Amino acid sequence: MCLAVPAKIIELDNQMATVEVGGLTREASTVLLPDAGIGDYVLIHAGFAISVVDEGAARETIRLFDEMTDGAGADD
Amino acid sequence: MTEASPLAYLDEFRDSPRIKELLARLRERRGGPFKIMEVCGTHTMAISRHGIRQAMPDDITLLSGPGCPVCVTSNSDIDTFIEIAASPGVIAASFGDMLRVPGTRMGLAEARSGGADVRIVYSPLDALTMARENPGNAVVFFGVGFETTAPTVAATLLEAAATGVDNFFVHSVHKLVPPALAALCAMPDLAIDAFLCPGHVTAIIGPEAYEPVARDFGIPSVIAGFEPLDIMLSLNMIAAQVDEARAEVELQYTRGVRPGGNPAAMDLMNRVFQPRDTEWRGLGVIPGSGLSIREEFAAHDAVRRFEVDVSYSREPKGCICGQILTGLKTPRDCRLFRKACSPDHPVGPCMVSSEGTCAAYFQYEA
Ligand code: SF4
Repeated sequence: MCLAVPAKIIELDNQMATVEVGGLTREASTVLLPDAGIGDYVLIHAGFAISVVDEGAARETIRLFDEMTDGAGADD
Repeated sequence: MTEASPLAYLDEFRDSPRIKELLARLRERRGGPFKIMEVCGTHTMAISRHGIRQAMPDDITLLSGPGCPVCVTSNSDIDTFIEIAASPGVIAASFGDMLRVPGTRMGLAEARSGGADVRIVYSPLDALTMARENPGNAVVFFGVGFETTAPTVAATLLEAAATGVDNFFVHSVHKLVPPALAALCAMPDLAIDAFLCPGHVTAIIGPEAYEPVARDFGIPSVIAGFEPLDIMLSLNMIAAQVDEARAEVELQYTRGVRPGGNPAAMDLMNRVFQPRDTEWRGLGVIPGSGLSIREEFAAHDAVRRFEVDVSYSREPKGCICGQILTGLKTPRDCRLFRKACSPDHPVGPCMVSSEGTCAAYFQYEA
């Protein structure tokens, strides 16, 4: 029930965003995320954007993993 | 880096050689045995689906916790909503997961077959739209969910109040995760050594919310994302804490959660709701663990508007959901599991919900 899907904001008008999820578009409110802007990736839960998905952090997690395991799992 | 989208990393978060490597590290550790509770139902499903529970080395046990909102909703709260749904002129709006949960006398789906106007919504905003389109009806939304969901309901209720949609009501049975974790820690017969904490609840409340649990009970807490790699990384972070005798709050799910959480969402939630003592299936009444609608918005509060009698409420006979939700038992301990109880004929909520532990075991952990 706390499922949230990542989506990209492609239009934004008065705290209602059009977001793209897996090639489909739908509406989501940005009332809970007032600083979200067009182009941002956000997590959508129950029709609301609740958090920005941070690209740098995603990359950092992968880097951290490769560091932990000396890159063992990275290429095979 | 060629792709600027954070979604481009999704494959890497599902990459199985990486996951095997992390599993090997858990197997190689030389610490003592310990038990981790995965608090969130979405984690339970992911852990079951990817076979992570069975893949654990013998000295690490993964137990499911109370993090399925549908499952922890008490039968009296469910019966109350069903009674409201059956009242004349009511349109009852609910997330789909709730429909097949058996109440004491019937579930919402049966109430609908019996003539009640019960509609599934994807967002509380859909229920508000229904209220606008049906001014002659009372539209009652079943507010089930944790801190992830409560702000979305709060925002919707504020919108209804601001635009004068006075036929929109909420039956709030929202629950808060940190008080439940503290209650679990205080249970004498439960021996949990660490918590795998829910990513999307924490996106709202922030990692700091678990500090009291780590500090007061000495329980390590790691906030995890939902891909297999996220979970495996988090389990390794927990193992490191256990082996080094640390009890800290650590954030693995950095791409979805910020320190401090989401202050705008918390503000809206606190404007509309106030904490109250509430009953959890399996955990009983936990002080300050629920959310009721503040006096200021009483006009939109379903329990103030509709008076119903659910003194007949009781938990389903033979169902041990309560003990499963607290990590004391697993579905295999239930004598109804796979016999009288299955997804087609659920006896308790843990078999219905898409994140219920019994449903997860039924599908993936035969
Ligand atoms: S298997 Fe069914 S009856 Fe048994 S605990 Fe799970 S939901 Fe309840």
